[in-house]
Amino acid sequence: MKEVAVIGAGMTLFRRHLLETGKELSFLATKMAMEDVGLEKDDIDMVVMGSAPDAFDGIHMKGENLIDGSAAVGKPYVRVFNGGGTGVFAPIAGWWHVASGVADICLVVCEEKMGNCYPHPQTAFRHIWDPILDRPLTPNLVWLFAMEMNRYMTVHNIKKEDIALVSVKNKRNAVGHPCAQLADPNITVEDVLNSEIMAWPVNRLDVSPPSDGASALIFCNKDIVHKFTDDPIYVAGTGWSIDSTMWTNRDLYFPRYVAQAAKMAYKMAKIENPRKEIDFAEPYDPFSYKELHHLEGLLLCKKGEAPILTREGVTQRDGDLPVCPSGGLLGVGNPIAATMGQKVCELYWQLKGVAGKRQIPGDPRIGVAQAWGDIMQMGTVILLRRG
Amino acid sequence: MVEKKEYKEWPPYAPGTYVRESDIRDKNITYTWWEPEVQYSWSLGPAMSKFLKGLKAGKIFGIHCKRCKRIIVPPRMFCEYCYGPTEEWVELPDTGIIETFSISYLDPDARRIEEPILVGVVDLDGTPPHHGFMHYFGEMTKDEIKIGMKVKAVWKPENEREGSITDIKYFKPLKGGGE
Repeated sequence: MKEVAVIGAGMTLFRRHLLETGKELSFLATKMAMEDVGLEKDDIDMVVMGSAPDAFDGIHMKGENLIDGSAAVGKPYVRVFNGGGTGVFAPIAGWWHVASGVADICLVVCEEKMGNCYPHPQTAFRHIWDPILDRPLTPNLVWLFAMEMNRYMTVHNIKKEDIALVSVKNKRNAVGHPCAQLADPNITVEDVLNSEIMAWPVNRLDVSPPSDGASALIFCNKDIVHKFTDDPIYVAGTGWSIDSTMWTNRDLYFPRYVAQAAKMAYKMAKIENPRKEIDFAEPYDPFSYKELHHLEGLLLCKKGEAPILTREGVTQRDGDLPVCPSGGLLGVGNPIAATMGQKVCELYWQLKGVAGKRQIPGDPRIGVAQAWGDIMQMGTVILLRRG
Repeated sequence: MVEKKEYKEWPPYAPGTYVRESDIRDKNITYTWWEPEVQYSWSLGPAMSKFLKGLKAGKIFGIHCKRCKRIIVPPRMFCEYCYGPTEEWVELPDTGIIETFSISYLDPDARRIEEPILVGVVDLDGTPPHHGFMHYFGEMTKDEIKIGMKVKAVWKPENEREGSITDIKYFKPLKGGGE
């Protein structure tokens, strides 16, 4: 297996609606990533597109629609998607294109336009439920998260106040992010607890917004990385795992599929004690409790311990284990697949030391990003490290 | 050719043009519109057909995975863990405990509703822990509902059942009866 470096990253503005089409957003994110390296389209061997449900854009098989904007014309191209897991799964696919030796340079583009869908992007989620047993109950997607959050809170006796701290931290962290949709320097725990109840225990400020946006990453074979940079960032490990669709036959308090994915990535990276060896984390935070749930799934703390670390400030940007220094999905926005921007692009920028106002102090050497998708099933994990 | 650019901070700018909901409503931007019309019909397969016929008759059926030693509900023709076939249908009691729940103020299109829906997962009696299905809860208030509460199915009258998960109206608190 070849060693794989990350040499460029880009992302667009994230907003509820953007004027540009999906192709145009893909172009803008890709162009920024190319500027990072000084690459031409012809330098790119292969392209991976990550984009989640077709139903948001309203274009069936939208991977084909997005080719032109993704510098993919005339090249091997594949779209990968596993719902919310895509933002980390697409870069994993980019990595394996290079690690396998079939490509020297692989571009990964992630795109989502959720604002196209009316009356609300959640309308599209009506169609992901099981048609036999679930749809007759006319479910809303937020029910899933509310049920999982309640189970997690009840098993560990966690207070909503402690979970609200995640929203506060991430929306404040996002203040330093130029693309951020919901940054708020003054938000408090009371604001979160007093915001509208959507599906108890989920309040409005516990939820990330639907967004339009795109992001891009460029991977290259270690053997040629010297052409582009003297300070390379490498992929240290990758992992992914999926659980049964029968989510009512599992205890939702712990995401065991995330733990399986994390163990695969840690083994590849030769990490034995993740809490000690990993400097910072970008776990998937579409809902406030998910950051905590995923920190536990990533084995960065014991089951039920993540709220305590949060309360003690360990996960703040200047804490011992900074978590979501980008501002996460809660602060920067949630264009499903394009959250690769706050997750994997952010690892790259933090490790390069170019994250500006978001920069973690203390020279971070290794970071982990994770995403989560399908019906509470999919765990995707990637580790980046400095060379 | 995209030239290499040196920026101190990344992302160095945020490309894209913000459009407000009002810009769309007031037609300040140009757009196009499409409303798909499509219908689907799903055949239910052997396992779900048996299960839904059972509901019509007021019965909840599970099926046995002998290798994993578990009764599976909702039933399927194979076990996704050991990947062996399931066998022997089992009639289960229509009681269980609340595995988890939500108090929802959202309809399926995320529109707000006044009276909340109590919804969650019922962990059915006669199955291993954490085995059940999603359903509504009733005859309890949002202040009374809690995880671990014992519940029992409230069925639609027999002549109104149609072989659907909604043949059970909801699950209500199970009081007394020594269960």
